[in-house]
Amino acid sequence: MSASAMVEVKSVRKSFGPLEVLRGIDLDVQAGEVTVVLGPSGSGKSTLLRTINHLEKVDSGWISVDGSLVGYRRSGDKLYELREREVLRQRTQIGFVFQNFNLFPHLTVLENVTEAPLSALKRPRDQVAATARRLLDRVGLADKADAYPKQLSGGQQQRVAIARALALEPKLLLFDEPTSALDPELVGEVLDVIKDLAHQGTTMIVVTHEIGFAREVADTVVFMDEGRIVERGTPAEVLDAPREERTRAFLSKVL
Amino acid sequence: MSSDTLSKAAAPAPPAAADVPRIVPQRRTGQWIAAAVVLALLGLAVNSVLRNDAFQWDVVAEYFTTSSVLRGLGLTLWLTALVMALGFALGTLLAVMRLSANPVLQAVSWGYVWLFRSMPILVQLLFWFNIGALYPQILGVKTVDLFGPVTVAIIGLTLHEAAYAAEVVRGGILSVDRGQIEAAQALGLGRHRRWRKIVLPQAMRAIVPPAGNMLIGTLKGTSIVSVIAVQDLLYSVQLVYHRTYQVIPLLLVATIWYVVVTSLLSVGQHYVERHYARGTGR
Repeated sequence: MSASAMVEVKSVRKSFGPLEVLRGIDLDVQAGEVTVVLGPSGSGKSTLLRTINHLEKVDSGWISVDGSLVGYRRSGDKLYELREREVLRQRTQIGFVFQNFNLFPHLTVLENVTEAPLSALKRPRDQVAATARRLLDRVGLADKADAYPKQLSGGQQQRVAIARALALEPKLLLFDEPTSALDPELVGEVLDVIKDLAHQGTTMIVVTHEIGFAREVADTVVFMDEGRIVERGTPAEVLDAPREERTRAFLSKVL
Repeated sequence: MSSDTLSKAAAPAPPAAADVPRIVPQRRTGQWIAAAVVLALLGLAVNSVLRNDAFQWDVVAEYFTTSSVLRGLGLTLWLTALVMALGFALGTLLAVMRLSANPVLQAVSWGYVWLFRSMPILVQLLFWFNIGALYPQILGVKTVDLFGPVTVAIIGLTLHEAAYAAEVVRGGILSVDRGQIEAAQALGLGRHRRWRKIVLPQAMRAIVPPAGNMLIGTLKGTSIVSVIAVQDLLYSVQLVYHRTYQVIPLLLVATIWYVVVTSLLSVGQHYVERHYARGTGR
């Protein structure tokens, strides 16, 4: 629990019916740091990411982002669930990029990027459109502003989704397997955009299977299995000299 | 992109024209014979309709635009529009209730759809028409004064319509990918904005075709109100043929009007569908 932690996750538990997918998670992420979460399918890594912006509610424990509790208000020894309006306001500070992009298919690329700043932040339209075009330029898609998502490749769609998340100027970016739905030759263009953001000091948590990306970009690598954090450390520690047998077994399969 | 790859792959070795045998499509003699037989039968049918004086096409023409028929048509049109609007408003509410997390609202919505889909519309109209037997007075007013034929028609048709509309709207909402709602939530869009800007426009693609079906069904279905003496298109022509006994030509007047309006609505549906297909690449 450091004073400058951007994200703190404390004793978080979460079950879906009889299945406990998070079994007491503790994690903190410093501002400006890139944390990569690795682990086999069903290890709970996506669920953990989704609890950080309250897309999933936790059963116990708490999460804070930039010093404020996510989804709850503390009073004494109780946590009271916030109203949806307040949760939505918190989410505008946390960008989320989905595995399946989840772009709005009936809106153009530009409208996808401008929707949230217009309606959630109530910014003026001219300013929002100018910012959106700058962001599209940054992800290399300035010429696609008026296209519809279906007209783009998967890699281009995911870059739009990243621009859409950035449009809210979030303090934190969460990536849920951002390249898993992409054809192999399109993975690189998306990872390049994420690396670029990392080099500019954006705080982010990335759930991925891309070990090479973790080695190159991560400040911290976290390995999860069966709802627990098995091991965490620098890429060199976790990827090259894992202490835990389960980490070694996983890496031997994916490397 | 894929076409780029294909043309690049094909480019190095274009096949020499002389080596490639020409493709000859299969001869489909059977199809030609079938088409000829069907056209011949159709011709016979049209011929008999036009030559049979009992159809009395002159009477059809005489009554087609008389003021009583046009008034009936007007009533049919506004009754259809009103019933569709009210039915879909109530139906959307029922669909949202059914999809809500509240078990009481879910059950009420389910019960409504169950009840009003189970009851024949004719039974329902007669029921509302005789509601005075159950409640002779409502708020100090005599029920028979409150529930005139047109009011009964609006109430009965709307309640019936809403039960079907609820299922059409619910199907449309369910067709929208769950990830769309999550993306909107992750971006901090409020509940109202999520519905209006993200869910409903996408749901409309699945709603419009069955809603078009319902609109046309309702247009013709309103003719049932003739049993409670509401002067719609059908009842207007009935009033005439009860006087003149020219039953067939006057039913043709009504039929042709129904066909004309249905055709216009079908054209309209095409454009509405095209609007909501934006961005789907189809």
